[in-house]
Amino acid sequence: MHNKSVAELSRELESGKISSVELTREFLDRIKAEDRQYNSFITVTEDHAMADAKAADEQRAAGKAGVWTGVPFAHKDIFCTNGVATTAGSKMLANFVPPYDATVTANFRAAGAVCLGKTNMDEFAMGSSNESSFFGPVTNPWGLSNGEKRVPGGSSGGSAAAIAARLVPAATATDTGGSIRQPAALCGITGLKPTYGRVSRYGMIAFASSLDQGGTMARTAEDNALMLNVMAGFDPKDSTSADRAVPDYTATLNEPLKGLRIGLPKEYFSDQLSPTMEQQVRSAVKEYEKLGATVKEVSLPHAKLAIAAYYVIAPAEASANLSRFDGVRYGYRCENPQDLNDLYTRTRAEGFGGEVKRRILVGTYALSAGYFDAYYLKAQKVRRLIQQDFINAFKEVDVLMSPVTPSPAFVQGEKTSDPVTMYLEDVFTIAVNLAGVPAMSVPAGFIDGLPVGLQIIGNYFEEARLLNAAHQFQQVTDWHQKLPQ
Amino acid sequence: MTISREDIEKVAVLARIRLDEEQIPELENDLGNILSLVDQLSAADTDNVEPLAHPLDAVQRLRADEVTETNQREAFQAIAPATEDGLYLVPRVIE
Repeated sequence: MHNKSVAELSRELESGKISSVELTREFLDRIKAEDRQYNSFITVTEDHAMADAKAADEQRAAGKAGVWTGVPFAHKDIFCTNGVATTAGSKMLANFVPPYDATVTANFRAAGAVCLGKTNMDEFAMGSSNESSFFGPVTNPWGLSNGEKRVPGGSSGGSAAAIAARLVPAATATDTGGSIRQPAALCGITGLKPTYGRVSRYGMIAFASSLDQGGTMARTAEDNALMLNVMAGFDPKDSTSADRAVPDYTATLNEPLKGLRIGLPKEYFSDQLSPTMEQQVRSAVKEYEKLGATVKEVSLPHAKLAIAAYYVIAPAEASANLSRFDGVRYGYRCENPQDLNDLYTRTRAEGFGGEVKRRILVGTYALSAGYFDAYYLKAQKVRRLIQQDFINAFKEVDVLMSPVTPSPAFVQGEKTSDPVTMYLEDVFTIAVNLAGVPAMSVPAGFIDGLPVGLQIIGNYFEEARLLNAAHQFQQVTDWHQKLPQ
Repeated sequence: MTISREDIEKVAVLARIRLDEEQIPELENDLGNILSLVDQLSAADTDNVEPLAHPLDAVQRLRADEVTETNQREAFQAIAPATEDGLYLVPRVIE
Protein backbone atom coordinates (compact mmCIF):
# COMPACT_ATOMS: atom_id res chain seq x y z
CA MET A 1 0.00 0.00 0.00
CA HIS A 2 2.82 2.38 0.85
CA ASN A 3 4.02 2.34 -2.76
CA LYS A 4 0.67 3.57 -4.04
CA SER A 5 -0.06 7.14 -5.05
CA VAL A 6 -2.79 9.29 -3.55
CA ALA A 7 -4.96 8.62 -6.59
CA GLU A 8 -4.47 4.86 -6.23
CA LEU A 9 -5.05 4.89 -2.46
CA SER A 10 -8.23 6.89 -2.98
CA ARG A 11 -9.50 4.19 -5.34
CA GLU A 12 -8.52 1.42 -2.90
CA LEU A 13 -10.47 3.15 -0.14
CA GLU A 14 -13.43 3.71 -2.43
CA SER A 15 -13.52 0.04 -3.45
CA GLY A 16 -13.68 -0.99 0.18
CA LYS A 17 -10.59 -3.22 -0.16
CA ILE A 18 -9.01 -1.39 2.75
CA SER A 19 -10.30 0.95 5.43
CA SER A 20 -8.69 4.27 6.32
CA VAL A 21 -8.01 2.91 9.80
CA GLU A 22 -6.03 -0.02 8.33
CA LEU A 23 -4.24 2.21 5.83
CA THR A 24 -3.35 4.82 8.44
CA ARG A 25 -2.10 2.11 10.80
CA GLU A 26 0.13 0.74 8.03
CA PHE A 27 1.75 4.13 7.38
CA LEU A 28 2.14 4.94 11.08
CA ASP A 29 3.87 1.57 11.63
CA ARG A 30 6.17 2.31 8.70
CA ILE A 31 7.09 5.68 10.15
CA LYS A 32 7.81 4.10 13.52
CA ALA A 33 9.98 1.41 11.96
CA GLU A 34 11.85 3.49 9.38
CA ASP A 35 11.98 7.18 10.22
CA ARG A 36 14.87 6.86 12.68
CA GLN A 37 17.23 6.75 9.68
CA TYR A 38 15.75 9.79 7.96
CA ASN A 39 14.44 11.98 10.80
CA SER A 40 11.84 13.32 8.37
CA PHE A 41 9.13 13.85 11.03
CA ILE A 42 9.28 16.28 13.96
CA THR A 43 5.89 15.24 15.35
CA VAL A 44 3.88 12.12 14.56
CA THR A 45 0.23 12.61 15.45
CA GLU A 46 -0.68 8.97 16.01
CA ASP A 47 -3.83 9.44 18.13
CA HIS A 48 -5.24 12.26 16.02
CA ALA A 49 -4.54 10.30 12.84
CA MET A 50 -6.32 7.17 14.06
CA ALA A 51 -9.30 9.26 15.19
CA ASP A 52 -9.41 11.06 11.82
CA ALA A 53 -9.15 7.73 10.01
CA LYS A 54 -12.08 6.34 11.97
CA ALA A 55 -14.13 9.45 11.21
CA ALA A 56 -13.21 9.10 7.52
CA ASP A 57 -14.41 5.48 7.44
CA GLU A 58 -17.68 6.65 9.02
CA GLN A 59 -18.06 9.37 6.39
CA ARG A 60 -17.53 6.76 3.68
CA ALA A 61 -20.12 4.43 5.24
CA ALA A 62 -22.57 7.35 5.21
CA GLY A 63 -21.94 7.88 1.50
CA LYS A 64 -20.23 11.23 2.06
CA ALA A 65 -16.67 10.41 0.98
CA GLY A 66 -14.69 12.58 -1.41
CA VAL A 67 -11.41 11.84 -3.21
CA TRP A 68 -9.26 12.76 -0.18
CA THR A 69 -11.42 11.15 2.51
CA GLY A 70 -9.26 8.87 4.61
CA VAL A 71 -6.07 9.37 2.59
CA PRO A 72 -2.93 9.79 4.74
CA PHE A 73 -0.55 12.73 4.19
CA ALA A 74 1.68 15.06 6.22
CA HIS A 75 2.12 18.81 6.76
CA LYS A 76 5.45 20.64 6.66
CA ASP A 77 5.93 21.91 10.21
CA ILE A 78 5.39 25.48 9.02
CA PHE A 79 1.61 25.20 8.75
CA CYS A 80 -0.23 25.91 11.99
CA THR A 81 -2.22 22.90 13.18
CA ASN A 82 -4.68 23.61 15.97
CA GLY A 83 -3.65 21.83 19.18
CA VAL A 84 -0.62 20.18 17.55
CA ALA A 85 2.96 21.42 17.96
CA THR A 86 4.12 23.67 15.11
CA THR A 87 7.82 24.41 15.39
CA ALA A 88 9.09 25.77 12.04
CA GLY A 89 12.13 23.60 12.80
CA SER A 90 13.21 26.04 15.52
CA LYS A 91 13.98 26.05 19.23
CA MET A 92 12.09 29.37 19.28
CA LEU A 93 8.83 27.49 18.63
CA ALA A 94 9.69 24.07 20.06
CA ASN A 95 6.93 24.54 22.65
CA PHE A 96 4.46 26.37 20.37
CA VAL A 97 1.00 24.79 20.09
CA PRO A 98 -1.13 26.98 17.84
CA PRO A 99 -4.70 27.73 18.89
CA TYR A 100 -5.83 27.78 15.28
CA ASP A 101 -5.48 26.04 11.90
CA ALA A 102 -3.78 27.51 8.87
CA THR A 103 -6.17 27.79 5.93
CA VAL A 104 -4.19 25.02 4.19
CA THR A 105 -4.63 22.85 7.30
CA ALA A 106 -8.36 23.60 7.46
CA ASN A 107 -8.77 22.79 3.77
CA PHE A 108 -7.23 19.31 4.13
CA ARG A 109 -9.30 18.72 7.24
CA ALA A 110 -12.48 19.63 5.39
CA ALA A 111 -11.46 17.27 2.57
CA GLY A 112 -11.29 14.42 5.09
CA ALA A 113 -7.60 13.69 4.64
CA VAL A 114 -5.69 12.08 7.52
CA CYS A 115 -2.64 14.01 8.75
CA LEU A 116 0.05 11.66 10.08
CA GLY A 117 2.30 14.40 11.46
CA LYS A 118 4.53 17.43 10.91
CA THR A 119 7.60 17.13 8.76
CA ASN A 120 11.09 18.39 9.48
CA MET A 121 12.45 21.50 7.76
CA ASP A 122 15.28 24.00 7.76
CA GLU A 123 14.74 26.47 10.60
CA PHE A 124 12.14 29.09 9.62
CA ALA A 125 12.40 27.79 6.04
CA MET A 126 15.90 29.23 5.64
CA GLY A 127 18.08 26.65 3.99
CA SER A 128 18.66 24.27 1.10
CA SER A 129 19.75 21.12 2.89
CA ASN A 130 17.57 20.60 5.99
CA GLU A 131 20.76 20.77 8.10
CA SER A 132 19.71 23.80 10.14
CA SER A 133 16.71 22.27 11.92
CA PHE A 134 16.76 22.43 15.73
CA PHE A 135 15.42 18.86 15.57
CA GLY A 136 18.42 17.49 13.69
CA PRO A 137 19.18 17.08 10.00
CA VAL A 138 17.08 15.02 7.63
CA THR A 139 18.87 12.24 5.72
CA ASN A 140 18.01 11.60 2.09
CA PRO A 141 16.80 8.00 1.51
CA TRP A 142 18.91 8.05 -1.69
CA GLY A 143 22.54 7.27 -0.99
CA LEU A 144 21.89 5.49 2.32
CA SER A 145 22.46 2.08 0.78
CA ASN A 146 26.06 3.17 0.05
CA GLY A 147 26.42 4.26 3.66
CA GLU A 148 26.31 7.94 2.64
CA LYS A 149 24.30 10.47 4.58
CA ARG A 150 23.22 12.90 1.91
CA VAL A 151 21.00 15.91 2.24
CA PRO A 152 17.39 15.76 1.02
CA GLY A 153 17.53 19.43 0.06
CA GLY A 154 15.65 22.17 1.84
CA SER A 155 13.87 23.78 3.33
CA SER A 156 11.10 21.19 2.74
CA GLY A 157 13.57 18.33 3.27
CA GLY A 158 11.37 16.39 5.69
CA SER A 159 8.37 16.34 3.34
CA ALA A 160 10.56 15.29 0.41
CA ALA A 161 12.41 12.54 2.28
CA ALA A 162 9.22 11.14 3.84
CA ILE A 163 7.63 10.81 0.42
CA ALA A 164 10.76 9.32 -1.18
CA ALA A 165 10.96 6.80 1.68
CA ARG A 166 7.28 5.90 1.19
CA LEU A 167 6.40 6.96 4.73
CA VAL A 168 3.59 9.11 3.37
CA PRO A 169 2.24 9.47 -0.20
CA ALA A 170 2.02 13.28 -0.17
CA ALA A 171 2.98 16.26 1.98
CA THR A 172 2.47 19.99 2.00
CA ALA A 173 5.53 22.17 1.62
CA THR A 174 6.58 25.80 1.02
CA ASP A 175 8.90 27.50 -1.45
CA THR A 176 10.48 30.92 -0.98
CA GLY A 177 13.68 30.51 -3.03
CA GLY A 178 13.36 26.93 -4.23
CA SER A 179 12.37 25.05 -1.08
CA ILE A 180 9.87 22.76 -2.82
CA ARG A 181 11.60 22.30 -6.17
CA GLN A 182 15.14 21.69 -4.93
CA PRO A 183 14.31 18.98 -2.35
CA ALA A 184 11.87 17.41 -4.83
CA ALA A 185 14.73 17.15 -7.33
CA LEU A 186 17.24 15.77 -4.82
CA CYS A 187 14.75 13.16 -3.55
CA GLY A 188 13.38 12.08 -6.91
CA ILE A 189 9.80 13.26 -6.33
CA THR A 190 7.44 15.76 -7.98
CA GLY A 191 6.83 19.20 -6.47
CA LEU A 192 5.01 22.37 -7.47
CA LYS A 193 5.36 25.98 -6.30
CA PRO A 194 2.18 27.75 -7.42
CA THR A 195 1.89 31.37 -8.56
CA TYR A 196 2.36 33.81 -5.69
CA GLY A 197 -1.07 34.36 -4.15
CA ARG A 198 -2.58 31.08 -5.41
CA VAL A 199 -2.40 29.35 -2.01
CA SER A 200 -3.31 31.17 1.21
CA ARG A 201 -0.49 32.09 3.57
CA TYR A 202 -2.82 32.45 6.56
CA GLY A 203 -1.34 30.34 9.35
CA MET A 204 1.81 29.57 7.34
CA ILE A 205 4.69 30.82 9.49
CA ALA A 206 6.16 33.74 7.58
CA PHE A 207 9.74 33.97 6.34
CA ALA A 208 9.65 36.45 3.42
CA SER A 209 6.15 37.69 2.77
CA SER A 210 6.51 38.70 -0.88
CA LEU A 211 8.20 35.40 -1.79
CA ASP A 212 6.68 32.65 0.41
CA GLN A 213 4.25 30.28 -1.24
CA GLY A 214 2.67 27.05 -0.02
CA GLY A 215 2.71 24.17 -2.48
CA THR A 216 2.57 20.48 -3.14
CA MET A 217 4.85 17.42 -2.99
CA ALA A 218 4.04 13.86 -3.98
CA ARG A 219 5.48 11.24 -6.31
CA THR A 220 3.31 12.01 -9.32
CA ALA A 221 2.02 15.08 -11.15
CA GLU A 222 -1.52 13.71 -10.79
CA ASP A 223 -1.15 13.65 -6.99
CA ASN A 224 0.19 17.21 -7.05
CA ALA A 225 -2.95 18.21 -9.00
CA LEU A 226 -5.16 16.52 -6.39
CA MET A 227 -3.31 18.42 -3.65
CA LEU A 228 -3.52 21.76 -5.42
CA ASN A 229 -7.30 21.31 -5.78
CA VAL A 230 -7.44 21.33 -1.97
CA MET A 231 -4.87 24.06 -1.32
CA ALA A 232 -5.60 26.70 -3.96
CA GLY A 233 -8.16 29.44 -3.62
CA PHE A 234 -8.94 32.98 -2.51
CA ASP A 235 -8.76 33.52 1.24
CA PRO A 236 -10.01 36.78 2.76
CA LYS A 237 -7.74 36.13 5.76
CA ASP A 238 -4.64 36.51 3.53
CA SER A 239 -4.39 40.02 2.18
CA THR A 240 -2.06 38.84 -0.61
CA SER A 241 -4.38 36.05 -1.72
CA ALA A 242 -5.33 36.12 -5.40
CA ASP A 243 -9.05 36.48 -6.03
CA ARG A 244 -9.22 34.08 -8.92
CA ALA A 245 -11.27 30.98 -9.62
CA VAL A 246 -9.61 27.60 -9.06
CA PRO A 247 -9.91 25.16 -11.99
CA ASP A 248 -10.01 21.39 -11.44
CA TYR A 249 -6.29 20.74 -11.95
CA THR A 250 -6.94 17.05 -12.69
CA ALA A 251 -9.34 17.79 -15.57
CA THR A 252 -6.65 18.85 -18.03
CA LEU A 253 -3.86 16.40 -17.14
CA ASN A 254 -4.42 14.41 -20.33
CA GLU A 255 -4.51 17.25 -22.84
CA PRO A 256 -2.08 16.40 -25.67
CA LEU A 257 1.14 18.40 -25.67
CA LYS A 258 1.35 18.84 -29.43
CA GLY A 259 2.29 22.42 -30.16
CA LEU A 260 3.57 23.22 -26.67
CA ARG A 261 6.28 25.85 -27.10
CA ILE A 262 9.22 25.28 -24.75
CA GLY A 263 11.91 27.89 -24.10
CA LEU A 264 15.35 27.02 -22.73
CA PRO A 265 16.87 30.12 -21.08
CA LYS A 266 20.44 30.28 -22.32
CA GLU A 267 21.62 31.71 -18.99
CA TYR A 268 20.67 28.39 -17.34
CA PHE A 269 22.66 26.36 -19.87
CA SER A 270 25.94 28.25 -19.62
CA ASP A 271 29.37 26.62 -19.46
CA GLN A 272 28.99 26.69 -15.65
CA LEU A 273 26.45 23.83 -15.97
CA SER A 274 28.00 20.39 -15.50
CA PRO A 275 27.95 18.28 -18.69
CA THR A 276 26.26 15.36 -16.91
CA MET A 277 23.44 17.56 -15.58
CA GLU A 278 23.04 19.21 -18.97
CA GLN A 279 22.78 15.81 -20.62
CA GLN A 280 20.04 14.64 -18.23
CA VAL A 281 18.02 17.82 -18.69
CA ARG A 282 18.35 17.89 -22.50
CA SER A 283 17.30 14.19 -22.66
CA ALA A 284 14.19 15.08 -20.71
CA VAL A 285 13.46 17.96 -23.08
CA LYS A 286 13.83 15.52 -26.02
CA GLU A 287 10.96 13.46 -24.57
CA TYR A 288 8.82 16.58 -24.81
CA GLU A 289 9.80 17.01 -28.44
CA LYS A 290 8.70 13.42 -29.08
CA LEU A 291 5.35 14.35 -27.54
CA GLY A 292 4.97 17.14 -30.07
CA ALA A 293 6.46 20.15 -28.32
CA THR A 294 8.80 22.63 -30.03
CA VAL A 295 11.94 23.94 -28.37
CA LYS A 296 13.82 27.20 -28.80
CA GLU A 297 16.44 29.16 -26.93
CA VAL A 298 15.25 32.21 -25.01
CA SER A 299 16.98 34.65 -22.70
CA LEU A 300 16.51 35.85 -19.13
CA PRO A 301 19.17 38.57 -19.27
CA HIS A 302 19.02 39.49 -15.57
CA ALA A 303 19.01 35.90 -14.26
CA LYS A 304 22.54 36.21 -12.93
CA LEU A 305 21.42 38.99 -10.54
CA ALA A 306 18.68 36.85 -9.00
CA ILE A 307 20.68 35.40 -6.12
CA ALA A 308 22.03 38.81 -5.14
CA ALA A 309 18.58 40.39 -5.25
CA TYR A 310 17.07 37.53 -3.27
CA TYR A 311 19.71 37.64 -0.53
CA VAL A 312 18.79 41.25 0.11
CA ILE A 313 15.01 41.00 -0.17
CA ALA A 314 14.46 37.70 1.66
CA PRO A 315 16.62 38.50 4.71
CA ALA A 316 15.14 42.02 4.86
CA GLU A 317 11.60 40.65 4.93
CA ALA A 318 12.68 37.91 7.35
CA SER A 319 14.12 40.47 9.76
CA ALA A 320 10.69 42.13 9.85
CA ASN A 321 8.71 38.89 10.14
CA LEU A 322 10.89 37.37 12.83
CA SER A 323 10.78 40.46 15.03
CA ARG A 324 7.59 39.05 16.55
CA PHE A 325 9.61 36.37 18.37
CA ASP A 326 10.39 38.16 21.61
CA GLY A 327 9.54 35.75 24.44
CA VAL A 328 6.41 37.69 25.41
CA ARG A 329 3.34 36.09 23.84
CA TYR A 330 4.38 32.58 22.79
CA GLY A 331 7.38 30.39 22.13
CA TYR A 332 10.76 30.32 23.80
CA ARG A 333 11.66 32.68 26.62
CA CYS A 334 15.13 32.94 28.16
CA GLU A 335 15.53 32.17 31.85
CA ASN A 336 15.70 34.94 34.46
CA PRO A 337 15.55 37.97 32.17
CA GLN A 338 17.13 40.90 34.00
CA ASP A 339 15.18 43.57 32.16
CA LEU A 340 13.05 43.94 29.04
CA ASN A 341 16.01 44.35 26.73
CA ASP A 342 17.66 41.28 28.21
CA LEU A 343 14.42 39.37 27.64
CA TYR A 344 14.42 40.29 23.97
CA THR A 345 18.12 39.97 23.20
CA ARG A 346 18.75 36.74 25.06
CA THR A 347 15.50 35.06 23.99
CA ARG A 348 16.40 35.76 20.38
CA ALA A 349 20.08 34.87 20.78
CA GLU A 350 19.21 31.54 22.40
CA GLY A 351 16.05 30.71 20.45
CA PHE A 352 17.34 31.26 16.91
CA GLY A 353 19.98 29.15 15.16
CA GLY A 354 23.03 30.48 13.31
CA GLU A 355 21.62 30.79 9.80
CA VAL A 356 18.48 32.53 11.01
CA LYS A 357 20.54 35.04 13.01
CA ARG A 358 22.82 35.69 10.03
CA ARG A 359 19.86 36.44 7.81
CA ILE A 360 18.17 38.67 10.36
CA LEU A 361 21.41 40.65 10.74
CA VAL A 362 21.92 40.98 6.96
CA GLY A 363 18.31 41.99 6.52
CA THR A 364 18.42 44.54 9.31
CA TYR A 365 21.59 46.00 7.80
CA ALA A 366 20.01 46.22 4.34
CA LEU A 367 17.02 48.10 5.73
CA SER A 368 18.91 50.40 8.05
CA ALA A 369 19.33 54.12 7.50
CA GLY A 370 22.08 54.85 5.01
CA TYR A 371 21.88 51.43 3.37
CA PHE A 372 18.19 51.15 2.42
CA ASP A 373 18.56 52.76 -1.01
CA ALA A 374 21.74 50.95 -1.97
CA TYR A 375 20.49 47.53 -0.96
CA TYR A 376 16.75 47.03 -0.51
CA LEU A 377 15.49 49.59 -2.99
CA LYS A 378 18.12 48.57 -5.53
CA ALA A 379 17.16 44.90 -5.13
CA GLN A 380 13.49 45.77 -5.65
CA LYS A 381 14.36 47.51 -8.92
CA VAL A 382 16.41 44.52 -10.09
CA ARG A 383 13.42 42.39 -9.13
CA ARG A 384 11.25 44.27 -11.61
CA LEU A 385 13.86 43.70 -14.32
CA ILE A 386 13.85 39.96 -13.53
CA GLN A 387 10.06 39.88 -13.64
CA GLN A 388 10.09 41.67 -16.98
CA ASP A 389 12.46 39.01 -18.37
CA PHE A 390 9.86 36.31 -17.63
CA ILE A 391 7.01 38.38 -19.06
CA ASN A 392 9.02 38.87 -22.25
CA ALA A 393 9.98 35.18 -22.50
CA PHE A 394 6.33 34.12 -22.17
CA LYS A 395 5.46 36.23 -25.19
CA GLU A 396 7.47 33.75 -27.28
CA VAL A 397 6.94 30.42 -25.49
CA ASP A 398 4.44 28.65 -23.22
CA VAL A 399 6.82 27.17 -20.64
CA LEU A 400 10.51 27.40 -19.77
CA MET A 401 12.63 24.39 -18.87
CA SER A 402 15.92 24.18 -17.04
CA PRO A 403 17.86 22.18 -14.46
CA VAL A 404 16.62 22.47 -10.89
CA THR A 405 19.99 22.09 -9.13
CA PRO A 406 23.65 22.34 -10.20
CA SER A 407 24.23 18.73 -9.06
CA PRO A 408 22.46 15.86 -7.24
CA ALA A 409 22.24 15.47 -3.47
CA PHE A 410 25.49 16.40 -1.72
CA VAL A 411 26.81 14.84 1.47
CA GLN A 412 25.80 16.34 4.84
CA GLY A 413 28.34 18.90 6.03
CA GLU A 414 29.76 19.54 2.57
CA LYS A 415 28.40 23.07 2.16
CA THR A 416 27.90 24.32 5.70
CA SER A 417 31.21 26.11 6.26
CA ASP A 418 30.40 29.11 4.03
CA PRO A 419 26.82 30.39 3.79
CA VAL A 420 27.34 31.67 0.25
CA THR A 421 28.28 28.18 -1.04
CA MET A 422 24.87 26.98 0.14
CA TYR A 423 23.11 29.99 -1.40
CA LEU A 424 24.48 29.10 -4.85
CA GLU A 425 22.38 25.87 -4.72
CA ASP A 426 19.41 28.09 -5.56
CA VAL A 427 20.83 29.46 -8.81
CA PHE A 428 18.12 27.93 -11.04
CA THR A 429 15.14 28.25 -8.73
CA ILE A 430 15.37 31.68 -7.19
CA ALA A 431 14.38 34.00 -10.09
CA VAL A 432 11.00 32.24 -10.19
CA ASN A 433 10.18 33.41 -6.65
CA LEU A 434 11.24 36.98 -7.40
CA ALA A 435 8.88 37.05 -10.38
CA GLY A 436 6.11 35.13 -8.60
CA VAL A 437 5.49 32.70 -11.48
CA PRO A 438 4.65 29.02 -10.90
CA ALA A 439 7.22 26.22 -11.37
CA MET A 440 7.59 22.49 -10.88
CA SER A 441 10.38 19.98 -10.41
CA VAL A 442 9.82 16.64 -12.13
CA PRO A 443 12.09 13.57 -11.74
CA ALA A 444 14.16 13.44 -14.94
CA GLY A 445 16.97 10.96 -14.48
CA PHE A 446 19.93 9.94 -12.37
CA ILE A 447 23.56 10.93 -11.98
CA ASP A 448 25.73 8.37 -10.15
CA GLY A 449 22.58 6.70 -8.84
CA LEU A 450 21.17 9.95 -7.39
CA PRO A 451 17.99 11.58 -8.71
CA VAL A 452 17.95 14.86 -10.64
CA GLY A 453 15.00 17.02 -11.62
CA LEU A 454 13.74 18.99 -14.58
CA GLN A 455 12.34 22.43 -13.78
CA ILE A 456 9.25 23.52 -15.71
CA ILE A 457 8.34 27.21 -15.31
CA GLY A 458 4.98 28.61 -16.33
CA ASN A 459 3.28 31.95 -16.78
CA TYR A 460 1.17 33.44 -13.97
CA PHE A 461 -1.68 31.13 -12.88
CA GLU A 462 -0.82 28.45 -15.45
CA GLU A 463 -0.47 25.63 -12.90
CA ALA A 464 -2.85 23.47 -14.98
CA ARG A 465 -0.53 23.70 -17.96
CA LEU A 466 2.51 22.75 -15.85
CA LEU A 467 0.72 19.77 -14.29
CA ASN A 468 -0.46 18.65 -17.74
CA ALA A 469 3.09 18.84 -19.10
CA ALA A 470 4.49 16.96 -16.10
CA HIS A 471 1.77 14.29 -16.24
CA GLN A 472 2.33 13.62 -19.95
CA PHE A 473 6.09 13.30 -19.29
CA GLN A 474 5.33 10.78 -16.55
CA GLN A 475 3.26 8.69 -18.97
CA VAL A 476 6.35 8.10 -21.16
CA THR A 477 9.08 7.98 -18.48
CA ASP A 478 9.33 6.13 -15.18
CA TRP A 479 11.91 8.21 -13.26
CA HIS A 480 9.21 9.17 -10.76
CA GLN A 481 8.54 5.51 -9.92
CA LYS A 482 12.11 4.61 -8.97
CA LEU A 483 12.60 3.56 -5.34
CA PRO A 484 15.64 4.20 -3.19
CA GLN A 485 17.29 0.88 -2.18
CA MET B 1 32.94 43.75 0.88
CA THR B 2 33.71 44.07 4.55
CA ILE B 3 31.34 44.89 7.36
CA SER B 4 32.86 46.56 10.37
CA ARG B 5 32.59 45.31 13.92
CA GLU B 6 30.86 48.59 14.71
CA ASP B 7 28.19 47.97 12.07
CA ILE B 8 27.62 44.42 13.31
CA GLU B 9 27.17 45.59 16.89
CA LYS B 10 24.81 48.38 15.79
CA VAL B 11 22.73 46.00 13.70
CA ALA B 12 22.58 43.46 16.53
CA VAL B 13 21.10 46.15 18.75
CA LEU B 14 18.49 47.04 16.11
CA ALA B 15 17.63 43.35 15.71
CA ARG B 16 17.55 42.81 19.48
CA ILE B 17 19.89 39.83 19.30
CA ARG B 18 22.61 39.52 21.91
CA LEU B 19 26.03 38.79 20.46
CA ASP B 20 28.95 37.36 22.39
CA GLU B 21 32.48 38.57 21.73
CA GLU B 22 33.60 35.26 20.23
CA GLN B 23 30.80 35.30 17.63
CA ILE B 24 31.97 38.56 16.07
CA PRO B 25 34.95 37.35 13.94
CA GLU B 26 32.89 34.62 12.29
CA LEU B 27 30.06 37.08 11.68
CA GLU B 28 32.48 39.61 10.18
CA ASN B 29 33.57 36.87 7.78
CA ASP B 30 30.14 35.39 6.96
CA LEU B 31 28.29 38.68 6.65
CA GLY B 32 31.18 40.08 4.62
CA ASN B 33 30.86 37.18 2.17
CA ILE B 34 27.10 37.65 1.88
CA LEU B 35 27.48 41.37 1.28
CA SER B 36 30.11 40.69 -1.40
CA LEU B 37 27.58 38.44 -3.13
CA VAL B 38 24.98 41.15 -2.85
CA ASP B 39 27.33 43.84 -4.19
CA GLN B 40 26.77 42.38 -7.67
CA LEU B 41 23.58 44.43 -7.67
CA SER B 42 25.47 47.71 -7.91
CA ALA B 43 26.53 46.82 -11.47
CA ALA B 44 22.94 46.63 -12.67
CA ASP B 45 21.49 49.57 -14.62
CA THR B 46 18.27 50.43 -12.81
CA ASP B 47 17.75 54.03 -13.94
CA ASN B 48 14.05 54.72 -14.45
CA VAL B 49 13.06 51.30 -13.07
CA GLU B 50 10.24 51.21 -10.51
CA PRO B 51 10.89 49.01 -7.48
CA LEU B 52 8.78 45.82 -7.39
CA ALA B 53 7.38 45.16 -3.94
CA HIS B 54 4.75 42.60 -4.86
CA PRO B 55 4.79 40.13 -7.79
CA LEU B 56 1.18 40.85 -8.71
CA ASP B 57 1.45 44.62 -8.03
CA ALA B 58 -1.49 44.13 -5.71
CA VAL B 59 -2.80 46.72 -3.31
CA GLN B 60 -4.21 46.25 0.17
CA ARG B 61 -7.79 45.00 0.00
CA LEU B 62 -10.27 46.81 2.21
CA ARG B 63 -13.38 45.50 3.91
CA ALA B 64 -16.44 46.99 5.56
CA ASP B 65 -15.86 48.39 9.04
CA GLU B 66 -17.94 45.73 10.78
CA VAL B 67 -17.10 43.47 13.71
CA THR B 68 -16.55 39.95 12.40
CA GLU B 69 -14.01 38.40 14.77
CA THR B 70 -14.67 36.98 18.25
CA ASN B 71 -12.61 37.58 21.37
CA GLN B 72 -10.33 34.58 21.86
CA ARG B 73 -7.93 36.10 24.36
CA GLU B 74 -8.08 33.13 26.73
CA ALA B 75 -7.15 30.64 24.02
CA PHE B 76 -4.36 32.87 22.74
CA GLN B 77 -2.94 33.62 26.19
CA ALA B 78 -3.06 29.99 27.30
CA ILE B 79 0.25 29.45 25.49
CA ALA B 80 1.99 32.58 26.78
CA PRO B 81 5.01 32.31 29.12
CA ALA B 82 3.53 34.66 31.74
CA THR B 83 0.19 36.42 31.99
CA GLU B 84 -1.96 38.09 34.63
CA ASP B 85 -5.44 39.58 34.37
CA GLY B 86 -5.38 39.30 30.60
CA LEU B 87 -2.04 41.09 30.36
CA TYR B 88 1.35 39.71 29.27
CA LEU B 89 4.01 39.92 31.98
CA VAL B 90 7.53 41.14 31.21
CA PRO B 91 10.42 42.28 33.45
CA ARG B 92 9.85 45.66 35.09
CA VAL B 93 10.57 48.53 32.71
CA ILE B 94 10.13 51.56 34.98
CA GLU B 95 11.48 51.56 38.51
